[in-house]
Amino acid sequence: MASTVDGTAEGTEDGVRRRDWIHIAALSTAGVGGASVIIPLVSQMAPTADTLAASTTDVDVSAIEPGQSIKAVFRDQPLFVSRLTEESIAEAQADDGVQMRDPETLAERLGEGNADLLIQIGVCTHLGCVPLGAIEGEDKGEYDGYFCPCHGSHYDVAGRIRKGPAPLNLVIPEFEFANESVVRVG
Amino acid sequence: MSFAWAKQYEPKTPFTKWMDEKLPLPRLVYSAIGAGYPVPRNLNYMWNFGVLAGFFLVLQIVTGVVLAMHYAANTEVAFAQTEHIMRNVNYGWLMRYAHANGASFFFIVIYLHIFRGFYYSSYKAPREMIWLLGVVIFLLMMATAFMGYVLPWGQMSFWGAKVITSLFGAIPLVGEPLQTWLVGGFAPGNSALNRFFSLHFLLPFVIAGVVILHIWALHIPGSSNPTGVEVKKESDTIPFHPYYTAKDGFGLGVFLILFAIMLFFLPNTLGHPDNYLEANPLSTPAHIVPEWYFYPFYAILRAFTGDLALFGVTIIPAKLLGVIAMFASILVWFFLPWLDKSPVRSGHYRPLFKKFFWFGLIPCMLALFYLGGAKPEEPFISLSQIATAYYFLHFLVILPIVSQIEIPKPLPFSITEAVLGKDDDGAAQPAE
Repeated sequence: MASTVDGTAEGTEDGVRRRDWIHIAALSTAGVGGASVIIPLVSQMAPTADTLAASTTDVDVSAIEPGQSIKAVFRDQPLFVSRLTEESIAEAQADDGVQMRDPETLAERLGEGNADLLIQIGVCTHLGCVPLGAIEGEDKGEYDGYFCPCHGSHYDVAGRIRKGPAPLNLVIPEFEFANESVVRVG
Repeated sequence: MSFAWAKQYEPKTPFTKWMDEKLPLPRLVYSAIGAGYPVPRNLNYMWNFGVLAGFFLVLQIVTGVVLAMHYAANTEVAFAQTEHIMRNVNYGWLMRYAHANGASFFFIVIYLHIFRGFYYSSYKAPREMIWLLGVVIFLLMMATAFMGYVLPWGQMSFWGAKVITSLFGAIPLVGEPLQTWLVGGFAPGNSALNRFFSLHFLLPFVIAGVVILHIWALHIPGSSNPTGVEVKKESDTIPFHPYYTAKDGFGLGVFLILFAIMLFFLPNTLGHPDNYLEANPLSTPAHIVPEWYFYPFYAILRAFTGDLALFGVTIIPAKLLGVIAMFASILVWFFLPWLDKSPVRSGHYRPLFKKFFWFGLIPCMLALFYLGGAKPEEPFISLSQIATAYYFLHFLVILPIVSQIEIPKPLPFSITEAVLGKDDDGAAQPAE
């Protein structure tokens, strides 16, 4: 285009060149295109469809006697299912009022209509190890519950964090009683 | 680049002349690590470790590429495949043991290289960029080593992966989704193993790239030296080749003897027996620890057992504190060039700094190395807390204060004077 009416340099108008538009348009298009490539690149790292599909687990709890625990697998992680003895329940309830890092009463952890079946994900809330204590003869820690050997977290009999670096109580997954003897977790 | 008196490459044969015109790669090598690179004449054996680190990087890449030809990154077969390499592949045992022990030796050499830098303040101007790139290399090495340790899919592999990826879960708000995204599931599995294998193959080449930047940045001011006095003239230097190629070659020979002893007679001493058990997501080994070269940082991670609370309100939970401290313990190295304000570089001429180095930092690091491998119980927890406190105190408080208050010893006029006891140029000038 020839010079403008007021005689500024060729192709410019108030310091804006006609070519600026195509620069901005081209870079914006390339930028949006480049940014949108990030979406599949990031998203491919997320859990796959088959991993997400395996999201509920049925556990038969009829054979667990008071004082016994079983380990099941829930979403690739260990699940501790234990039936508390009367002494354990009394011990946990006695501690309900004590100051804790993540305060919860035993009743809150068991859930409604559940007198003694403690269902927890057996993964230390610190850095993900499996705490000891669910199986007979393992180290139960200073609070007679669970002890994580990796970094020394002590949980009490109700799975509440009492000492060590873990920030939270052992996680209680969502669950419901499918019938008398089967618990559906997830 | 380099000094005015550096010798220039002169091609002699028609072929090398032709090559020099088309692609002056021999010229680059000549000026970078050949007779065309003048180096201070007084370097001691602590200056061997850069070349040694380069050697072990190449060893890791060569053995690693070979191992990748026989390995399969699938949780169903990875453990068996590793044993297949050990038992069935010709010289597979040699390749795998060389790779595993090579990683340990790489870290030994790098730690010596880093502590050389601490003592002689190699991080100071004009060499800050070399130091910063070096810390980047160290971080990349840690990531690479961690992912490599996961590949045999033994118990330590699995639980190491679980614990380290859980570190990211400590980050507020985004932590848990981030952790799931990193491992591609609720716990490390096939997705994690495959991506770790892919990245473990890629990162060494990224390291090699940063090493080239590290050496490039080194060649702008040239190597430091044990006096910390900068090169002034030609008599302060000797050509890298043959003088330091020979000195580094000797050091390499010594290290290869040590390496061969470990490789052929004690190949599993630095490893953990639990890693010869296949990964079991339902059972954590009784005593899980990382590889020895991560012990100091692991000790710092575990030292935080209580929340940071103000008036009974938790501000930072213990888990996050530990993670922050562990990362900070390395990130603090990035700030060293500006934390240490002393104009004198070498620890030889810094009496107070020297005391804190030998009687403060070194015992503290050795203690952290020991404590990181110890069980998480008393007295080790308290000792870890003391050592962690001292570690940060050293870099953030002691070093800045000492560098301001100490009176350094007089420096030699030049490297030539330091070596020969006299320098005629120095005598001719009035003392500064």
